[in-house]
Amino acid sequence: MNTAVMNTAPDTGGNVMLLVLLLLPLLGALLMYPLRTNVPAAKAVAMATALLEFVLVVVTWVGYSTDAASSGERFQYVFSVPWIPAFGTHLAFGIDGIALVLIALTAFLVPGLMLFAWAEKLPEGRTASGYFALLLATQATLMGVFTATDVFLFYVFFEAMLIPMYFLIGRFGGPNRQYASVKFFLYSLLGGLIMLASLIGLYVTSADQLGAGTFTWSDLQSIAQSTPTSTQIWLFLGFFVAFAIKAPLVPFHTWLPDAGAEAPIVAAVLLVGVLDKVGTYGFLRYCLPLFPQASQILAPLVLVLAVIGIIYGALLAVGQKDMSRFVAYTSIAHFGFIALGTFAFSSQAFAGATLYMVNHGLSTGMLFVMVGLLVARGGSRLTRDYGGVSKLAPLLAGCLLLAGMSSLALPGTNSFVSEFLVLVGSFPREPVATIIATVGIIFAALYILWFYQQTMQGPVRGNAVIRALEAGGVGGPGAMIDPAVAAERGSGFPDLTRREIGVLAPLIVVIVVLGFFPGPVLDVVNPSVQSTITEVGLPDPVPAGGVVGGVR
Amino acid sequence: MIALAQVAPLTAPPIDYAAIAPLLVVLGGACVSVLFEAFLPRHQRWPAQVALSVLVVAVAGIALGVYAGTAPAAGIVTLATALSVDGPTLFLWGTLLVLGFGSLLLIADRSVEPGGAFLASAVERASVAAAPGTTSGPTGVDPEHVDRSYGAPGEAPTMQTEVFPFVLFALGGMMAFVAANDLLTMFVALEVLSLPLYLVCGLARRRRLLSQEAAVKYFLLGAFASAFFLYGLALLYGYAGSVKLVAIATAAVGTPKSDALLFGGLALLVVGLLFKGSVGPFHTWTPDVYQGAPTPITAFMAACTKVAAFGALLRVLHVAFGSTHWEWRGVMWVVAIASMAIGAVLGLTQTDLKRMIAYSSVAHAGFLLLGVMAITPEGVSSTLFYLLAYGFTTLAVFGVISLVRNADGEATHLSQWAGLAKRSPILAGVMTFLLLGLAGIPLTSGFTAKFAVFSAALGDGMAPLVVIALVFSAVAAFFYLRVIVLMYFSETPEDGPTVTVPGAFTTVAVTLGVVVTLLLGVVPTLVLGWAGAGGLTG
Repeated sequence: MNTAVMNTAPDTGGNVMLLVLLLLPLLGALLMYPLRTNVPAAKAVAMATALLEFVLVVVTWVGYSTDAASSGERFQYVFSVPWIPAFGTHLAFGIDGIALVLIALTAFLVPGLMLFAWAEKLPEGRTASGYFALLLATQATLMGVFTATDVFLFYVFFEAMLIPMYFLIGRFGGPNRQYASVKFFLYSLLGGLIMLASLIGLYVTSADQLGAGTFTWSDLQSIAQSTPTSTQIWLFLGFFVAFAIKAPLVPFHTWLPDAGAEAPIVAAVLLVGVLDKVGTYGFLRYCLPLFPQASQILAPLVLVLAVIGIIYGALLAVGQKDMSRFVAYTSIAHFGFIALGTFAFSSQAFAGATLYMVNHGLSTGMLFVMVGLLVARGGSRLTRDYGGVSKLAPLLAGCLLLAGMSSLALPGTNSFVSEFLVLVGSFPREPVATIIATVGIIFAALYILWFYQQTMQGPVRGNAVIRALEAGGVGGPGAMIDPAVAAERGSGFPDLTRREIGVLAPLIVVIVVLGFFPGPVLDVVNPSVQSTITEVGLPDPVPAGGVVGGVR
Repeated sequence: MIALAQVAPLTAPPIDYAAIAPLLVVLGGACVSVLFEAFLPRHQRWPAQVALSVLVVAVAGIALGVYAGTAPAAGIVTLATALSVDGPTLFLWGTLLVLGFGSLLLIADRSVEPGGAFLASAVERASVAAAPGTTSGPTGVDPEHVDRSYGAPGEAPTMQTEVFPFVLFALGGMMAFVAANDLLTMFVALEVLSLPLYLVCGLARRRRLLSQEAAVKYFLLGAFASAFFLYGLALLYGYAGSVKLVAIATAAVGTPKSDALLFGGLALLVVGLLFKGSVGPFHTWTPDVYQGAPTPITAFMAACTKVAAFGALLRVLHVAFGSTHWEWRGVMWVVAIASMAIGAVLGLTQTDLKRMIAYSSVAHAGFLLLGVMAITPEGVSSTLFYLLAYGFTTLAVFGVISLVRNADGEATHLSQWAGLAKRSPILAGVMTFLLLGLAGIPLTSGFTAKFAVFSAALGDGMAPLVVIALVFSAVAAFFYLRVIVLMYFSETPEDGPTVTVPGAFTTVAVTLGVVVTLLLGVVPTLVLGWAGAGGLTG
């Protein structure tokens, strides 16, 4: 029986679509090198690559069959060739619904981010072609990490992902970028290496059970139920630490505020919006199906960390003085919700967690972009340097409000659906954790509204704003300007430009549309979520379908 | 009278010349090289020695390839069982020859350091520089920077071409070392490989005091290590009544004798070997010697000596002590952990790049021990692969280091590398890739090698040690990262070093290292297959 299982991976290639999705951004990144002196051409090529990638992902989405997924086809667009036979590794790609929505999120964000970075002022001596090349390289590794169906290959991308992000932060980031980039790299590398220990353990276990070691995900999943629980716990912990650092869950989170704050805005969006999702995606794709018993035994531990994260992240967000750090801490609270949904073992909570990953990428991405727009005008990251901006730049203030509302999960925005699904799905199995987590929603309203009030409302004030309005003017803490005078001088603190509106418009549309019609995403996610539940081997406390349809 | 009557007539043992041809070629070439040094006029020596060395390594390589194609899978024992030519031996010979070739290219290069990196005495150089009529280059060029080591007859060469026979002898010694099937042969080979290395360490053209200090230190500590090895050999002979590895293994099985001699002998023997491999607490010579020796020699030692020491360690532990591994493994655990800890933690505190790489080599030695300790076929093959991968990466690293220079020679202080990426993006890119390889990031050979070694160790029941090793990998990554941070994220100092345009030899050596580091990370299948072909034969 086991030998039959070994042959599930076809070794003769397959659908090359995912390979193209992986190689295209990589090719684009390499093209930046000959174009390094010709910046406009480099930008155009990078943008064209990102747009083409987006089109291809749309094609992939259209071609993804939910019927086939419902009827038990775990992966689609499957591609597999042997890579290192001595280690039993394959270059194996394939996507389920969860991976599909995440690559869609990535491909959707990157062109917008490039538009945002189009006219960004870079640190001295850095070129835009290098910047865009690193963005594309990050995208390529993200594509790889989400589409790999070989655990070894996944690990390779998991580590490779660090390198372009490290250079993005270290070369293009804020004043404290060296410290932040090294901290980010070392934290992630340590997590990755601990995971490597588990990965090797998994390989040795598979060699014991199947006769020959393998890294193919489906083969490993097939032996998951027969692996001894004690072994599972050790292996689970290795993967868990890596993903908990990446996600990040609370005791492992300290790198994120530094990295998020010092990274240039586009990198921060990719880092917090997508790259961190690799952690939560890893829980769903690797921790739960490969170590089902261990996941159930250790779930209380994870839930405690998740709930602590929700409350602690929110409280720290309230106290932040730096806007980028503020957004980073709100994300830590949100990751708590995702982890809660992931370890509640119900299809609703899984679907909610998956949707939350996408929505968080969108709303936090937009929040970061708004912070970036503010900083571009005022030149300061401190919250107290801004005040009354809505009187100078009403469109900007409105967009910030929308991003904030989406972040606090106001009904009608995308995040509401996912947060609701997580809480509803988690309650039957984990009532205590869910109730505590619900308190986090109140904190979310607190930190978002307070932030909005401080920066956007009231009289025009704050060092950055006033300095922008009159170069070398009054300034000083507590300085204010008469609104009428401020309106006259408004050109010093302009409202959104057309390019900036172009960056924000798609985000706004998707945030609102997903708030009212999450169906398309949920339809894609649900069959894969059902498969995951089956793989964990627990009964679904609330059968999905009816309730999911009833959310809207 | 009775004793005489019992002496059997001496018969010459059969020798499989095809099998040991690579070894014979290298040692023979070394002898010819000595003759060149004695009889050729000075101005002809450099081209002749370079040509001869390259030829010798190439011919040895061809002989090895030809024999490997037809070699029996189980391996053979020849020269009255003194040498064992089996799968691992062939792989290690190949590794040594290729790495030796790369090192010879670095040694032969005279474009980076005008006149070559080797000089026996500083006085001679001064007098030559002052002598009239020694400039053969374009006028107006500082005579010190004109390459004079060959050209018109009568000019004094400034490069010490004796380095070529030394290196060839060392290489031959290393090849015999990894193939030695009895401890006495191993000891002789150890001396053949060590003595030339002690000498060449002291030949640096720049910072001569440091270089000479390194040579003396290496010699004194090396002599101690040799003595330990010899003492261990004697004890083992007392225990087993033979110096053959197989005989020791046989004697250790089911014997009522006390184990004191066996394990006492093993401990002393292993100390000698660990010293050569710059492992753990026996590493103290490594940073000083790596820093003081001329950089091409450092590259040679870091790459080839490591291969030789671990090749021999592999043979001793697997062939002679494989059956008793439960007795000694606990101690080796401690040594491996100590080595990783010392390498990773002290590496953090270094400010000199060569010393840093030296501590990195100590940490890598700890990782390698994991593979050596796994008494399985995977243990052997993964160690072999690791040695090859590490050798190429570290060779290229030293090649790159030799290119960054200021007026005083190589600029090896870390602060001097600040902002290098701005002035020389290609060099910084190459160095970054190599450092990531040393850190074991996926898609480099370092990762494949670590994976192979760690999975072998885990497969042989050393899970806690693997976790410890991975944690130290993360610690060690910090100091590789520090160099990358310096090169990319820091501002250039005012009087920063310049990056020399490398000559053909150095370019080839560095390119070779980079390409192999990449290929073994992406498509290692072929080499993994070679490393796994055939086990150790006693």
